[in-house]
Amino acid sequence: MSICLEVKNIRKEYNQKVALDRISLSIEKGKIFGLLGPNGAGKTTFIRIINQITAPDTGSIQFNGMDFKREHITRIGYLPEERGLYKNMKVGEQCLYLARLKGLSKTEAKQQIHYWFQRLEMLDWLPKKVEELSKGMAQKVQFISTIIHQPELIILDEPFSGFDPINSEIIKQEVLRLKEQGTTIILSTHRMESVEELCDDIALINAGQCVLYGQVTQIKEKYKKDIYKIEYRGTLKTPEGFNVLENDNNIALIKATQKQSSNQLLSKLIKQVDVVSFKEKLPSINDIFIQSVSNE
Amino acid sequence: MNKLLLVIQREYLSRVRKKSFIIMTLLTPFLLVGLFVIPSVVAVNSETNYDVAIVDENKFEQLKLNSTETLRFQTLNNIDFNDNKTILLDTYDFLLHVPKVDSLVRIESQMAIYSKNQISLSNKSSIESKLEKILTNFNLVKNGIDPEQIKLAESNISIDTYVVDTSGKDAKSSSEASYGIGMICGFLIYIFIFSYGTMVMRSVVEEKTNRIVEIIISSIKPFQLMLGKIMSIALVGLTQFFLWIVLAFLLLIAVNGFIGAVDSNTVSNDELQLFDELISSVSNLPIRTLVISFILYFVGGYLLYGSLFAAIGSASDQETDSQQFILPITIPLILSFVFIQLIVDSPHSGLAYTLSMIPFTSPIIMMARIPFGVGIHEIILSVSLLILGFITTSWIAAKIYRVGILMYGKKITYNELWKWLKYKG
Repeated sequence: MSICLEVKNIRKEYNQKVALDRISLSIEKGKIFGLLGPNGAGKTTFIRIINQITAPDTGSIQFNGMDFKREHITRIGYLPEERGLYKNMKVGEQCLYLARLKGLSKTEAKQQIHYWFQRLEMLDWLPKKVEELSKGMAQKVQFISTIIHQPELIILDEPFSGFDPINSEIIKQEVLRLKEQGTTIILSTHRMESVEELCDDIALINAGQCVLYGQVTQIKEKYKKDIYKIEYRGTLKTPEGFNVLENDNNIALIKATQKQSSNQLLSKLIKQVDVVSFKEKLPSINDIFIQSVSNE
Repeated sequence: MNKLLLVIQREYLSRVRKKSFIIMTLLTPFLLVGLFVIPSVVAVNSETNYDVAIVDENKFEQLKLNSTETLRFQTLNNIDFNDNKTILLDTYDFLLHVPKVDSLVRIESQMAIYSKNQISLSNKSSIESKLEKILTNFNLVKNGIDPEQIKLAESNISIDTYVVDTSGKDAKSSSEASYGIGMICGFLIYIFIFSYGTMVMRSVVEEKTNRIVEIIISSIKPFQLMLGKIMSIALVGLTQFFLWIVLAFLLLIAVNGFIGAVDSNTVSNDELQLFDELISSVSNLPIRTLVISFILYFVGGYLLYGSLFAAIGSASDQETDSQQFILPITIPLILSFVFIQLIVDSPHSGLAYTLSMIPFTSPIIMMARIPFGVGIHEIILSVSLLILGFITTSWIAAKIYRVGILMYGKKITYNELWKWLKYKG
């Protein structure tokens, strides 16, 4: 396990207003890292610091174990939330320009453009002007221009907004494929279902501070409330030491009132009903998000 | 390839390839010529004829006015003026009434012009001058003087001027040519700075509203993008300038050919001589200094204002937002434009010197002064100050630009801009 990006004690102020306060994170290579937080929490500032658009007041950043320098910028791909293209430029020219700004040679860039546009079945878009494209099409072009230089680290800020479900799925599959190839991805989004599906680790930033950080599975474990979801046949009575939260259509949510194991519950249940399914109900990222933010 | 060069290349090509660029480049010289020619053509063609009736109750022999293209005179005798005034005005545009006087000399203060609508100033002066000539001649003859002799005695003075340089060599100069060239140079610089400056601003606003800017600055520094943009538009300007020179050269050849074909049959010797004089007085101007300083002041002035226009663009979400910031930076431009007249009237005054040193006014003012001869040390000082000026403005502009391009949906105040200047990193 190696670290792609290591951020230590980053702090950023704008006019005495703290945008980020002592943020420390390490992002593992080949993982998808979810960056969550309410609007105005400091996510964009954090992302812009990683893209060297702005610099932190204090703190250090390491990229692949080296001090973060200007030349590392060509190994990062960034899809900002506020994104667009030059309207009166042709799609092909535009991608070529953006790829070359990231340091690709003309021939390399052309090869990559051909590869990606063929892969996503968009070759006939190349000679079109951007103003002729629909919003979804333009989003796809932007996605390609983000990854065209084969970056080691990709930062995607709300990548699925503006896509229909089909294209959303195509992009999701491409993101997963990039991950398999070893690319590290930072995903910032408000769509919690994408976080559940894609992210290995998350960090939750609220009011400039990192309030939650770690592996998704561990966080869920930490936030679980000993609630079990059972499906049964028969008549259910409340087992001793447990509360029945919901009971509808032979599906019940049962919560332990004191520290008890799942086996204890199961042993009590099988005495009264036929248990069809038994599952611990883990909190969704959505619940955790709301809980952590409103606790603040 | 250097990223700055990539930016310059893209920005340059995207402009030069535009149809509007090609059309405007080809059309502008004709528009400019049109600007001067059309009003005079229109003026000539719009002249209508007016019928003027002279009702002279004294029946003076001398009061026979010669008709011109615009004014046709007719003397009416034996008509009672007061009774027929309104009827006459149905047929005639103006009535010149001369009441009964005892001598022609007396009519001076007695005459009046009647019309349905107010007579124009030019028609009135034209009638007045005709009458003045008649009365003057009448007075001369009355006092026994031959008017022809007076005509011979009149002289018309036009003094030749020479500018003596340090080596004692003198060159025939022309205040008129210096005046004209000074005005034109100042005016051109003004137009160039203004149009290319706003081009920079529009392009920054466009990148911001397109939301492409954040993608670009994740690859290059904001300063590189700003610089690339400003430089590419300067190149667009120089390209346009170069094309105009070529176009003017071709036009000149065409005109020359035309004059050659017409030959001196139609063009009078006087006119040819005037043309020769014009050419020689212009060629006696410090042409080399003029051309070099024109390019220096155009580029310098453009860089100074262009970076400020870029900063304004970055602080605006739409072009309309930019109005509040445009005014303060265009005031020195407009002011120097207003001052041109004053400067060419006294090109070596203290005011002229001062304004040609201040970087915000020097491009226009110095260009207006140079045709009158400005010491090389003054130009060097002024250009150095201009360079210092644009380094300062681009430094300030870069700080504002860097923050501004990433600010959306916020009404920007001067206070806000001041804060941006102090942001770190």
